[in-house]
Amino acid sequence: MTKLAFYGIDAIHLREAEELLPGRLIVIEGTDGVGRSTQLGILRPWLESGGYAVVDTEMTRSVLAGAGLKRAKEGHTLGPITLNLFYVTDFVDRFESQILPALRAGFIVLTDRYIYSLMARAIVRGADPRWIRSIYGLALKPDAIFYLKVSVDDLIPRVLQRGGFDYWESGMDMRLGADLFESFVNYQTRLLELFDALTEEYHFQVIDASLPTEQIAEQLKQRIVPLLPQG
Amino acid sequence: METYGLHQYPGRLFVVEGVDGSGKSTQIALLRQWLISEGYTVFFSEWNSSPLVKKTTSKGKRKQLLTPTTFSLIHATDFADRTERDIIPPLKAGAIVLADRYIYTAFARDVARNVDRRWVRELYQFAVKPTVAFYYRVPLEVSLSRILTGRTELKYYEAGMDLGLSNDPQESFKLFQQLIVHEYESMIDEFGLTAMDATLPIPEQQRRMRKIIRPYLQGIRRKRTSAQESAWAGMAREMRPSQIDIRRSSSGSAR
Repeated sequence: MTKLAFYGIDAIHLREAEELLPGRLIVIEGTDGVGRSTQLGILRPWLESGGYAVVDTEMTRSVLAGAGLKRAKEGHTLGPITLNLFYVTDFVDRFESQILPALRAGFIVLTDRYIYSLMARAIVRGADPRWIRSIYGLALKPDAIFYLKVSVDDLIPRVLQRGGFDYWESGMDMRLGADLFESFVNYQTRLLELFDALTEEYHFQVIDASLPTEQIAEQLKQRIVPLLPQG
Repeated sequence: METYGLHQYPGRLFVVEGVDGSGKSTQIALLRQWLISEGYTVFFSEWNSSPLVKKTTSKGKRKQLLTPTTFSLIHATDFADRTERDIIPPLKAGAIVLADRYIYTAFARDVARNVDRRWVRELYQFAVKPTVAFYYRVPLEVSLSRILTGRTELKYYEAGMDLGLSNDPQESFKLFQQLIVHEYESMIDEFGLTAMDATLPIPEQQRRMRKIIRPYLQGIRRKRTSAQESAWAGMAREMRPSQIDIRRSSSGSAR
């Protein structure tokens, strides 16, 4: 069962309304192109074949703000604070309308990233770390956070194979280098440093993302089994 | 990231706050006219007006997708866009920015919706602290009669129907406004709002507003129009170094 534990303020007043959440909240974290969705694609059918109902959710997929956020990113007037708060809106809409109802109903919620990526991106863009932490402090502490860790050198070939460097994944809104490649390296290096800092603070379970896909999946399954409701 | 109270810009930021029907929009419109006629560069910014966020907000309202938390967040996002585009750049340029509703509107409404008081204050930490924040204070019966007379329909969120206070929109609106007034009252001390008597005749309210603002206008650049040439020259002669020092040490910037 997912405990009603928060990183900061229980701004949604869940403690007043809930006694327990019978589901499980499992987070897969990691930077862009590290293979998170591949792993989720393996875990979901595995859990379902074991009889567990699964809900998955990922960033910019909220009914409320997903489309607006994508639209705003296509323009050229979006400032960093607005971008950060748009992501918070998207997250909280998914949190309240997808994640919480599923946890109440006893689902296994697999989330492709959670507040950690969002905080890291915001901090890289100059947000006050204390500020962004306190806003995301309304999030529930997950039952487990698996961090797929990779070095920038290992990341580059994956990203190229997948179709090249993306504007936002290269932090080009901040122009951290002369071209996409240089900006990508600088941006991802900063993000990975922040993830290292967050690993300790938020107790990530680190998984070596340079291993073959099957081995990563095997490690994840081994660690997920003890978390599942029995019987 | 600069936060509330730490921004230092050459411009000035004046905001008006108050419940619907307090007459604050009338007052700020009159103030704007006066400042323009005095030759100041004025930038006007309204609550809930970001072109980037507009569609998301109206979708949320139309489909009733908003919870108190996401209602709060979408308005904070809208306000962030305005801060980054309409408020900070003009303040940096030394202009006078006027805002019809500011962060205190969010604090009043969101807390009335039972969002955590501290959390919503954290959310708006990026806001620029106004030079003066006017709170147009009016007895609830007066504002309600101004708003409800001749109005056929109140919108769902406007009436606070999402709070479940009453099934009757008018009754719900009254109860919601009562909660909002309560929050405003407690913010007068918390944020040093300048409370204004909104039951006075409109010209008298405006006279008082201009009187409060005038000292903060010293040192703000004006365009010289021919009609003001002589007045401007007279004012420049009156400015002694000591006054300039006072301006710099006490009332300068949009803190």
